[in-house]
Amino acid sequence: MEHTGQPMDGEAGTAAGDDGGMSENPYAGLVSRLREAWLSRRTRSLEYRMAQLEALGRFLEEKKEDILEATALDMRKPPFEAEFSEVLLCKNELNEALNNLPRWMKDKHVDKNLATQLDSAFIRKDPYGVVLIIGPWNYPIYLLLVPLIGAIAAGNCVIIKPSELTKNSEKLMEEVLPKYLDKDCFAVVTAGVEETTRLLENKFDYIFFTGSPSVGRIVMSAAAKHLTPVTLELGGKNPCYVSDTCDVQNVARRLAWGRFFNAGQTCVAPDYVLCSVEMQERLVPALREAITEFYGPEPRNSPDFARIVGDKQFQRVRALLSSGRVAIGGQTDEKERYVAPTVLVDVKPSDPAMQEEIFGPLLLIITVANMDEAVDFINSRERPLVVYAFSSDSEEVNQVLERTSSGGFCGNDTLMHVTLTSLPFGGIGSSGLGMYHGQFTFDTFTHHRGCLQRATGLEPINTLRYPPYSTHKMGLVRTATSIKRRGECLLL
Amino acid sequence: MRRMEEVVGRARAAFNSGRSRPLEFRLQQLRNLERMVQEKEREIVAAIGADLHKCGHNAYSHEIMGVLGELALAMDKLPSWAAPRPVRRNLLTLRDEAYINPEPLGVVLVMGAWNYPFVLVVQPLIGAIAAGNAVVVKPSEVSEHTSQLIADILPQYLDQELYPVVTGGVPETTELLTQRFDHIIYTGSSAVGKIVMAAAAKHLTPVTLELGGKSPCYIDTDCDLAVACRRITWGKYMNCGQTCIAPDYILCHPSIQSQVVENIKATLREFYGEDVKKCPDYERIINKRHFKRIMSLLEGQKIAYGGETDEASCFIAPTILTDVSAESKVMEEEIFGPVLPILSVKNVDEAIEFINRREKPLALYVFSNDKKVIKRVISETSSGGVTGNDVIMHFFLATLPFGGVGNSGMGAYHGKHSFDTFSHHRSCLIKDLKMESTNAVRYPPITDKKLGWAKFFLLKRFNKGRMGLIVLTLLGIVAAVVIKVS
Repeated sequence: MEHTGQPMDGEAGTAAGDDGGMSENPYAGLVSRLREAWLSRRTRSLEYRMAQLEALGRFLEEKKEDILEATALDMRKPPFEAEFSEVLLCKNELNEALNNLPRWMKDKHVDKNLATQLDSAFIRKDPYGVVLIIGPWNYPIYLLLVPLIGAIAAGNCVIIKPSELTKNSEKLMEEVLPKYLDKDCFAVVTAGVEETTRLLENKFDYIFFTGSPSVGRIVMSAAAKHLTPVTLELGGKNPCYVSDTCDVQNVARRLAWGRFFNAGQTCVAPDYVLCSVEMQERLVPALREAITEFYGPEPRNSPDFARIVGDKQFQRVRALLSSGRVAIGGQTDEKERYVAPTVLVDVKPSDPAMQEEIFGPLLLIITVANMDEAVDFINSRERPLVVYAFSSDSEEVNQVLERTSSGGFCGNDTLMHVTLTSLPFGGIGSSGLGMYHGQFTFDTFTHHRGCLQRATGLEPINTLRYPPYSTHKMGLVRTATSIKRRGECLLL
Repeated sequence: MRRMEEVVGRARAAFNSGRSRPLEFRLQQLRNLERMVQEKEREIVAAIGADLHKCGHNAYSHEIMGVLGELALAMDKLPSWAAPRPVRRNLLTLRDEAYINPEPLGVVLVMGAWNYPFVLVVQPLIGAIAAGNAVVVKPSEVSEHTSQLIADILPQYLDQELYPVVTGGVPETTELLTQRFDHIIYTGSSAVGKIVMAAAAKHLTPVTLELGGKSPCYIDTDCDLAVACRRITWGKYMNCGQTCIAPDYILCHPSIQSQVVENIKATLREFYGEDVKKCPDYERIINKRHFKRIMSLLEGQKIAYGGETDEASCFIAPTILTDVSAESKVMEEEIFGPVLPILSVKNVDEAIEFINRREKPLALYVFSNDKKVIKRVISETSSGGVTGNDVIMHFFLATLPFGGVGNSGMGAYHGKHSFDTFSHHRSCLIKDLKMESTNAVRYPPITDKKLGWAKFFLLKRFNKGRMGLIVLTLLGIVAAVVIKVS
């Protein structure tokens, strides 16, 4: 079990003959084993799915401390943050699924037109089959488990690929999770970049990926070869407009919380602030106060502040510090991979920090003349995962909403729209495609199959559609058609 | 080929100007489109007739009627479809506004197919316009008359910058696919579907692929064979078999095979008369390439009926094949022609097994008087869509999503599903800057007390009653006080 890159199914090697003549794909055996389990129809019943979900619930309960420990070791994730994001939010999603699964699974009956009044018309919720979920490193449990919950709820078999960057969390998933789930239908695969490439050569019935846009392109290209549908949860630079009319201290707290949570390694963290010069003058001291309030005078000593996940990422974030001017923080420690909660001001669009998603505890402030300029600035760039706007004037918040485009929008707070399971979570453009959370996860992993069950009687009505045609029949069809101005597709 | 870049660039600039977003504008464009279909009906029917040898009745009922229906539906429902959709809130967000805002994606590419060259371009166009997008329309060059007509008349009725028509063959399409779009809907073959998705992947463009496959048709021994065969005959031979959801092949018990053949023969005579070649209601194969392709599928097969052909006019008579082997060429690819193989299965189990061994089809048909049999077949197979005891008809119910699964495609459209496909569902949470006390539970430094309150507010309990706003406010105040005091 110590090897990376090997299928963790406990069986030796690959299934013979499954990949025919092509060079052996190391995962072909695993995938075909899961496909066989899928064909056995075991995952279809409500009872089975509920049992697996309940087992996941037990995993979250019994292994909570292990999760906290693993994420602490991986990136010094503060226990509160870990419990909140990796456990609590997962539990929410789990309970949502357990509460509603019977309803979600039911055939959805649809309105019928005149011709089908006596028929049965419904949308059947079919699982796809064998699906692949690839998780990222920043919330290594949460961002793997929430899609998993939906995939199981929808009746699929699942291969889970945790991130290789967070070794302790990866190990937890690899060694402990399988103890709770049906090993025939759910498998955890540990793999680096090369092995993941090979994994993606196999045919899956759905692929759910969370990560960077550049890898998202690779995943979608691989999926295209098999016509596999995908959901890609990617990223971008999330702008945050702060109006002159607002309660600065509250804004500063909410901003700081969202930015420095998980040491900034959150796909929906506010990346840069757009505000007037006057607001910048007031915001910086307010941010300083909030940071001190949260982490004390020396954030390095605070148990509530995380670290950067790895050396490469640390160096990347540190290099961004040469943007604008450091107004707050700026200290780093390579050994600990510590980057202080930092605020950079006078940042220019050409600065290094504006060329990529920061994904670190640096909050940039860019000054603009007014809201129009802020909106133009936002619209001249790739569409982000979320747009934030802070203002006491709700009209201003609405203006920013209406004049921009993004995955989601949150007014007067940060991150919180993610915690509401009734809101779909996803990107647009380079920040992603598809969406999930709550029932949307179930729907993501479900094929919505349109079904029409007709009666065999009443065949005379069908005569209108059969040849031979005549002007008379044509006339009847037209007359029938012209009745439907109410939007009803009529008789055929 | 900067032309593609220019056309798409102009469409994007037009979209960015914001003029396609107001509902009134979208409704105006849809009304114009409706006028176009009404005023140019004769030309549209003539073009489709020239491409597929289709009679006026069929052109109207297959293509124009569906389009008029979609237009009427979209115009009627647009305000409700486009309205923000409020969502259920949790304890922490009870005072906030939470809703899903349907928004346009941007520039949509619609790639049509040649078999129903008008409706397969215009129906997606309707949904894309309704959702507020700019749309680049690329009809199939194979149906050249309809393609040219669309290129001529669409600009006369619709905003020319927002909804340009692009014509051309493979080189032009390849060039077009290098441009960046915000959604691509493609109708056609699985092979080209892969190419489209690969091109889309470069730009992270979401796609809807309406592809094909071999749609199986299982006829149970317990069913009204006469009615079943009539319906199957209609769906199979309409458009000379060139329908993505045509019943591709029949599975039935050998004991009813000859009856099935007789019934279909009788129906064919009823529909097309004694000399089908002279019948104006019977279409032709689109071109020589497909004609030859279908001919090669007949090699070595036992022709129970039909089989007459005429290359010059691309005519292939309605044909039935019996005792077909599962390994033969005719069972390897989607037939897309007026050739109906009948294969024997002993029972419904064998039929289900046969279907599941193959790629997931776009449509699946099952005929039986026994509801349990139909239920079983649906539950134990997978397909884009299903019609029980008829064929094709699920396509015409706009409330059903129309699309494939696996090799037969991804995504769906029709009716509101079109609107949703071409929209971005933006989640919106609007809080106010007050009520900071409830936020205090989440800010560091963290204490056990804070964690307790956070859990209380956030953890979704099993739904048993709701708390009032007042109670929430009280709780918030209590929490803040408790935390401040400790």
